[in-house]
Amino acid sequence: MSESQKSFLKKHKREKIIIRLFQILIAVTFIFLWEYLSSHKIINSFIFSSPSKIVSTVYKLYLDNNIFNHLFTTIKEILISFSIGFIFSMFFSLLFYYINPIYKVFDPYITMLNSLPKVAIGPLILIWFGANTKSIIIMALLINLIVSTITIYTGFTKTDKNLLLLFKTFNASKLKTFIYLILPNSYMSIISSLKINLSMSFIGVIMGEFLVSKEGIGYLIIYGTQVFNLDLVLAGVVILVILSYIFYKPISILEKNIMKN
Amino acid sequence: MNKVLSICNLSKNYNTIDGEIKALDNITFDMYDNDFIAIVGSSGCGKSTILSILSGIIKDYDGCIDTCNQKIGYMLQSDCLLPWLNIWENAILGLKLTNKLSKENILNVKNLLKKYNLYEFKDKYPTNLSGGMKQRVALIRTLATNPDILLLDEPFSALDYQTRLVVSNDVYEIIKKENKTAIIVTHDIAEAISMTNKVIVLSKRPATIKKIYDINLNNPSTPINNRNDEKFMEYYDQIWKDLDKNV
Repeated sequence: MSESQKSFLKKHKREKIIIRLFQILIAVTFIFLWEYLSSHKIINSFIFSSPSKIVSTVYKLYLDNNIFNHLFTTIKEILISFSIGFIFSMFFSLLFYYINPIYKVFDPYITMLNSLPKVAIGPLILIWFGANTKSIIIMALLINLIVSTITIYTGFTKTDKNLLLLFKTFNASKLKTFIYLILPNSYMSIISSLKINLSMSFIGVIMGEFLVSKEGIGYLIIYGTQVFNLDLVLAGVVILVILSYIFYKPISILEKNIMKN
Repeated sequence: MNKVLSICNLSKNYNTIDGEIKALDNITFDMYDNDFIAIVGSSGCGKSTILSILSGIIKDYDGCIDTCNQKIGYMLQSDCLLPWLNIWENAILGLKLTNKLSKENILNVKNLLKKYNLYEFKDKYPTNLSGGMKQRVALIRTLATNPDILLLDEPFSALDYQTRLVVSNDVYEIIKKENKTAIIVTHDIAEAISMTNKVIVLSKRPATIKKIYDINLNNPSTPINNRNDEKFMEYYDQIWKDLDKNV
């Protein structure tokens, strides 16, 4: 390896370390500043809480032994709406792609539904489907389904015309064209639809829990607001942040693996 | 000489919202074993439509074609290699799609890649290869399915001039070595004369056959050398005069 290559790699590595350092610095500063301001009564810790209070709230929840109940309820709801959302959006994209007139017929309705704030019909869902998990999942599906369907469908339609022609020259069956061309060509769209689907599922589930639930992180947050226990509200938010990071990780690992090829 | 392909009174109309477009009008010609035919004509005259009909991509047309049970391979304008597959996977793609992945055929692809100096790149991806190499891989992908007649649709138009000359030379040699009958569609008169033994000149749309030239050069050799043949310029001038120029 030449000297210039060595110094280039060194520089590259140093840059990465500096970026990471700053990222950590921001988090640490934020937490310390928050703690400092509230412990010195510069901000009202009753309203703004503080990192130490949040940690002790989470610990208390853990001691009361029901944190896992809330956590698992929310995780279960997110996973169910995420999976159903993915399966259905895949199904609808295929339907729209292979029987295009269906897409053309539904196009204006899809646009309308997509721009409607789904939260607006939340109370209706509650009445129609009852105050239970089903309503929460339907809420989440309403929010995640359309966007992720459109993302996957657009990915399918972006398949290179020349490549489709190539498959025709080999007289390839529809199934083979899908498996060897359309699907791999749409991997990136499918990944971004998974990302959208995940964040929409979070929004939907928490929204749903706000409306109906008896347990779950969304319930903790809404309950905390009602009894003015803001430590609890912020503890719920922090748990959600960590949760969404954990859920996001596998998708970004998948993305990196696909990008490599 | 065996007749391998006959086209008679072939016509094709395209229906569009803005009206009907007549692309081909009464095209008739025959093709014999080991023929290499060039179809030249101004751009957009319907040259490629003939190939699409022959290969079965377009199924509604008037007139009759008889492919005499010959298997047809089609090579497109751009190399159309799938970027997420390596060279080897791209080369056997045609076999995979036509359900011909036998040991024998796979060995054949291996030999073709070796013969045309691509085997060492088999694990590389298309982005790592030059335009000429990609075009050769595309040809091998088509040859792998063992077609009797090769259809080449302006296969070199995406290449720069120098590469174009070299690759057309390579492709010519591959086609001759593998004993294939071929039709090439091009708008490059020099390419047509230097590579083939018969040049069909089409009129502008709707395409009719204006003239068919049997190319008999004094010293037929490789396409690059053929360009220096005494009769080359003669043919070139005649065909140039025949072509409809819509500039």
